[in-house]
Amino acid sequence: MSMGLLFDATRCIGCGACSSACKEQNKLPGKVEEVLTAYTWTTLQQKEGLNVRRLCMHCEVPTCASVCPVAALKKTKEGPVVYDAERCMGCRYCMMACPFDVPKYQWDRPVPIVGKCILCAGRIKDGKSTACAEACPAEATTFGKKEDLIWEARTRIRQKPGAYVDHIYGLTEAGGTSVLMISNVPFDRLGLKTNLPADPPAMRTWQVLSNIPDFVGVWGVFLYGVHWITARREDVAKAGDPDNGKGDQS
Amino acid sequence: MNMVATQPTRRFRPGFWTAVFVVLFLAFCTVTVIRFTKGLGAVTNLSDQFPWGLWIGFDLLCGVGLAAGAFTLTAVVHLFNLKRFEPIVRPTILTGFLGYSFVIVALLLDLGQPWRIWHAIVYWNPHSVMFEVAWCVMLYTTVLAVEFSPVVFERFGFHAPARIIHRLITPLVILGVILSTLHQSSLGSLYLIVPSKLHPLWYSPMMPLHFYISAIGAGIGMVILESYLSKRAFHRHLEMDLLEPLARGMVVTLGIYGLMRLQGIRRNHAFGSILDFTYEGQMFLLEFTLGVILPVVLMSFRRLRNDPDWLVGGAFMAVLGFVMNRLNISITGMEAASGTRYLPSAMEIIVSVGLVATGMAVFAFAVRTFPIFPEGSGDPARKPGA
Repeated sequence: MSMGLLFDATRCIGCGACSSACKEQNKLPGKVEEVLTAYTWTTLQQKEGLNVRRLCMHCEVPTCASVCPVAALKKTKEGPVVYDAERCMGCRYCMMACPFDVPKYQWDRPVPIVGKCILCAGRIKDGKSTACAEACPAEATTFGKKEDLIWEARTRIRQKPGAYVDHIYGLTEAGGTSVLMISNVPFDRLGLKTNLPADPPAMRTWQVLSNIPDFVGVWGVFLYGVHWITARREDVAKAGDPDNGKGDQS
Repeated sequence: MNMVATQPTRRFRPGFWTAVFVVLFLAFCTVTVIRFTKGLGAVTNLSDQFPWGLWIGFDLLCGVGLAAGAFTLTAVVHLFNLKRFEPIVRPTILTGFLGYSFVIVALLLDLGQPWRIWHAIVYWNPHSVMFEVAWCVMLYTTVLAVEFSPVVFERFGFHAPARIIHRLITPLVILGVILSTLHQSSLGSLYLIVPSKLHPLWYSPMMPLHFYISAIGAGIGMVILESYLSKRAFHRHLEMDLLEPLARGMVVTLGIYGLMRLQGIRRNHAFGSILDFTYEGQMFLLEFTLGVILPVVLMSFRRLRNDPDWLVGGAFMAVLGFVMNRLNISITGMEAASGTRYLPSAMEIIVSVGLVATGMAVFAFAVRTFPIFPEGSGDPARKPGA
């Protein structure tokens, strides 16, 4: 059972209750900032007269989880992509690789960790909704089963023709995400990335990595073969040489 | 004079370069202290928009890449059996080992929590290119240390372990070549994951191969360059009879690489950004002219290859172009998507320069202390028992 969030930009009133609830739930210090930081896991941005939520999209095949060398990031079966700060050694490849630029770092601390939305994984396990969805007074952020949310989004788009852009952001982006967004303004104008391939980026590295064992075998045999042939050739040359190898072999 | 200069027991006399090194080293130590007390933000210009900077682009990517001469030459001598290149293998392995040590020190500074570096051994994620990189760094540094160890054993008169390693040299070299192939290409694979971020002048599904081949080319360039530098520092003569054929190898390698890069750009339909002379286009032109076109064209002429000045100049351009390529991929090509500009801070530069200087100082020390350069090649002092 995979859970998710549906954010409807046409309904959001910009009160910021979601961001404040997130700070409280995750005990994050400081005020809500305008961009995502290690201490602001979700925020509202004003674009084209609308308010857009920024938060981790919780990809179905998360790029961050695929690139993490110590498997500190993981997709849980309930939907959230969670982070184990105890494992993280701080290579920041997740930040580099995330197609949505979500993971952020504690640059100001001598012992830093990554900060990002974890879709209130603990609350979901307890059968509750996320703190942001619970706090939303306008039902702009809805929590539920991902399949129900897709159905709900399609219904809203179908019922009011012209009121929405005919696209659910997150359905295919970077292989699909657990957080979905709908809007009446094209998504690129809301500051969301629209150049993302529909295949998960993780597939591109896995194509290479999955071939390494085969490659090692073939390459090793080839290299030994080269050595075998050249060494044999030297032996033959020495045997045929009247000097019998006493001369130098250049 | 020469005899004294190259004897392992030569008295160390501090000069101008020693002073420069000491200043750089102290600056490096200061930055290290600030970095570990105040955090990465206090010393670097890195940010949430730009999490990888000079220490990854130069220290890691170039440190590993320019160490490629070691596996190339060990393969040439021990697998392709071109024994005449043997005299320059030892300094090349030493450069490789120092290059990798340089990378490890840089990683210890760049990682947020370097004291957890052993986590890569315990917590596995075979889906991560960084996981592959971590294992290759560990294993190949070990292989390089073992390949170099006979030099140390000889110096202290332990001949038995040196003989054992000598007998195992073929499997050892094969292991080193496999690990290097994986490692060099994996640095290109690192960037396969960012198709929507890296500029199409550089992004290509073939990046692992681009990184591997260009590292061989630039690695050969480094071998030539380092022969020249040690010639100047230790008053040796240039082994032109060995370096000239190496330059031919460099021409072929860089030629193949250049062609592959152009094919990649054609597939991405990115020639427009060169013709439009965009920021990325200009940086690409600079990199490609310096690192591919000029070395390939100039070193194609036998007359220029046989002239020590031109030869060293060609190798220097190849190395410089290689460094520019790695910086373009890690910095220039990523800037547009990040929505910000990144210029390394003074303290980031101090760390990188300080590490290069330390590498050179250790190289100089090793050459004075151990039998690196062989008998008969500019080293008349090396007589058994001298």
